[in-house]
Amino acid sequence: MTAEKAPLLEVRGVSKYFGNVIALKDISLGVGAGEVTCVLGDNGAGKSSFIKILAGVHPHDDGEFLVEGEPVRFKSPRDARERGIATVFQDLATVPLMSVWRNFFLGSEPTVGKGPLRRIDVGRAQQTMREEMRKMGIDVRDADQPVGTLSGGERQAVAIARAVYFGAKVLILDEPTSALGVKQSGVVLRYVVQARERGLGVIFITHNPHHAYPVGDRFVVLNRGRLLGDWRRGEIGRDELVKMMSGGAELDQLTHELESQLEGPG
Amino acid sequence: MNEASGGGSRAAAVTAPGAPTPEPVADERLANIGLVARLMRRPEVGSLLGALVICAFFWLTTDVFGTLNGIANWTDVASTLGIMAVAVALLMIGGEFDLSAGVMTGTTGLLMGLLTTEWGISMWPAIALTFLFAATVGFLNGYMVMRTKLPSFIVTLATFFVLQGVNLGVTKAITGTVRVAGLGDVPGYDSASKLFSSTFWAPHNFRISVIWWIAIAALATWVLARTRAGNWIFAVGGDANASRNVGVPVARVKIALFMTTAIAAALVGIMIALRLSSVQAGQGVGEEFTYIIAAVVGGCLLTGGYGSAIGASLGALIVGMAFIGIQFSGWNTDWRFLFLGVILLLAVLVNNLVRHRAEGARR
Repeated sequence: MTAEKAPLLEVRGVSKYFGNVIALKDISLGVGAGEVTCVLGDNGAGKSSFIKILAGVHPHDDGEFLVEGEPVRFKSPRDARERGIATVFQDLATVPLMSVWRNFFLGSEPTVGKGPLRRIDVGRAQQTMREEMRKMGIDVRDADQPVGTLSGGERQAVAIARAVYFGAKVLILDEPTSALGVKQSGVVLRYVVQARERGLGVIFITHNPHHAYPVGDRFVVLNRGRLLGDWRRGEIGRDELVKMMSGGAELDQLTHELESQLEGPG
Repeated sequence: MNEASGGGSRAAAVTAPGAPTPEPVADERLANIGLVARLMRRPEVGSLLGALVICAFFWLTTDVFGTLNGIANWTDVASTLGIMAVAVALLMIGGEFDLSAGVMTGTTGLLMGLLTTEWGISMWPAIALTFLFAATVGFLNGYMVMRTKLPSFIVTLATFFVLQGVNLGVTKAITGTVRVAGLGDVPGYDSASKLFSSTFWAPHNFRISVIWWIAIAALATWVLARTRAGNWIFAVGGDANASRNVGVPVARVKIALFMTTAIAAALVGIMIALRLSSVQAGQGVGEEFTYIIAAVVGGCLLTGGYGSAIGASLGALIVGMAFIGIQFSGWNTDWRFLFLGVILLLAVLVNNLVRHRAEGARR
């Protein structure tokens, strides 16, 4: 897709150790503009460690981390954000008791006035928030509504709209659908597609292949801290993806065991 | 979760890639946000009603309460309490407690007293040093809480006892008594007491601390509602992790809040010391709970992230009116503790309800 140009974000052979525990070993993947790379893995596969490296929470120990072809080493999430990498953490993205517009601009509030009279430009903040949310298909009538009263999907939308507005080139979504019902998950997947249509690179981390499959251009499966496989869209079927996710052969064996147990001595 | 958002039976909601931007859909659940609903979202509604009820009660049942002299009386009590309640409210909105805030009013008063009467420093430099000392203690409180990640309840409880011990020990060691007296003779006393402890409106003698209180409450309200700092205070108390993730300097905000509380305590300590021109070593002990009660009555959640400075001021007003009202009614003033307990319980119950409403869909 973006063969000649350097991908927006790329990691090559990245590893992470916590003491003598190998959290991640030799992980490589990339995402280009207008692409969705899905990182799949079961619990304990290393998804959280991986996302923390991408987000700048932990530095990587081995390997290369490239942003637009340039090697980087993030010291903090702020560094990552400055390079246009925005991470939306599952359930840690918004402050429930604060209003929608306050959440939208939290940490980067637009201000007017100087010195001690410097204050938040509330009117502009509310208007911008409304416009940006409208682009995602949400009509926020009451800007002062606490975020906690929004649905789970809408709350993710606030976090995604915020990241896009503040100039994210790469959007990293940490399990955005895991706590949601079927319909709300669909809503969030639509935002993923929209972000891609707007030319962002999206890294979509999930343990649900059914959510990843319809939106992904590239699928990367992690298992026990290692890369199990890397496929382009069309190179792998949904069923195969499900199988790979649960450790491939392990699932076959499990199915076999369960079947034999059920069929076994009554 | 999110059952309210509609039937989960429509599995087809998963969109195919390349779907167009959907048309904004008006959410029918947001249809009518009436005035009442808007009011109910404000944290200070409960305390406003409470203040009106208590004011009306004592106004009607006693003779003095409603006179200007009476009002000067209860606004005086409410003012120093209110200054502290506002600072404590900011800290509580930021998700922390300071149990050393009460005893700090004693420590700072004693420090100023000793600096001036024992070590010959004149009033204004002593006041500056006292504020500096308070800021340092506040910083240490905040730094320890952030560094150890222990509950601020425990850390400031320790500070509370340390300061209480120091207050008594140092005062006794230096003066041989449990009080520091004679501030009235210190150079600069007149100008300082004019600013911090004078009265105005001659026959009724309203306290200048009332002006301080109103100014501080107004400033705090503006900070909370209209500045980045205010936004960050709500954020660090509401969800410290989410705030950190969007780049809010959580530790800096919380440490600043501890320092604000300590500086407010110094202001009140200085006011009381100048007013009486002497300081008791036991000054302020136990007051920290009254501050917290005033803040909670004013709508602050004990869990942080919600509350207001106006609410805390109204809470302080309720406490002030009740203390003086009980006195005017000729009842035994010990009943005021029972009153504090009852309004605290009522306020917490109301706040819980508000919180559930505000967090609505979350759980």
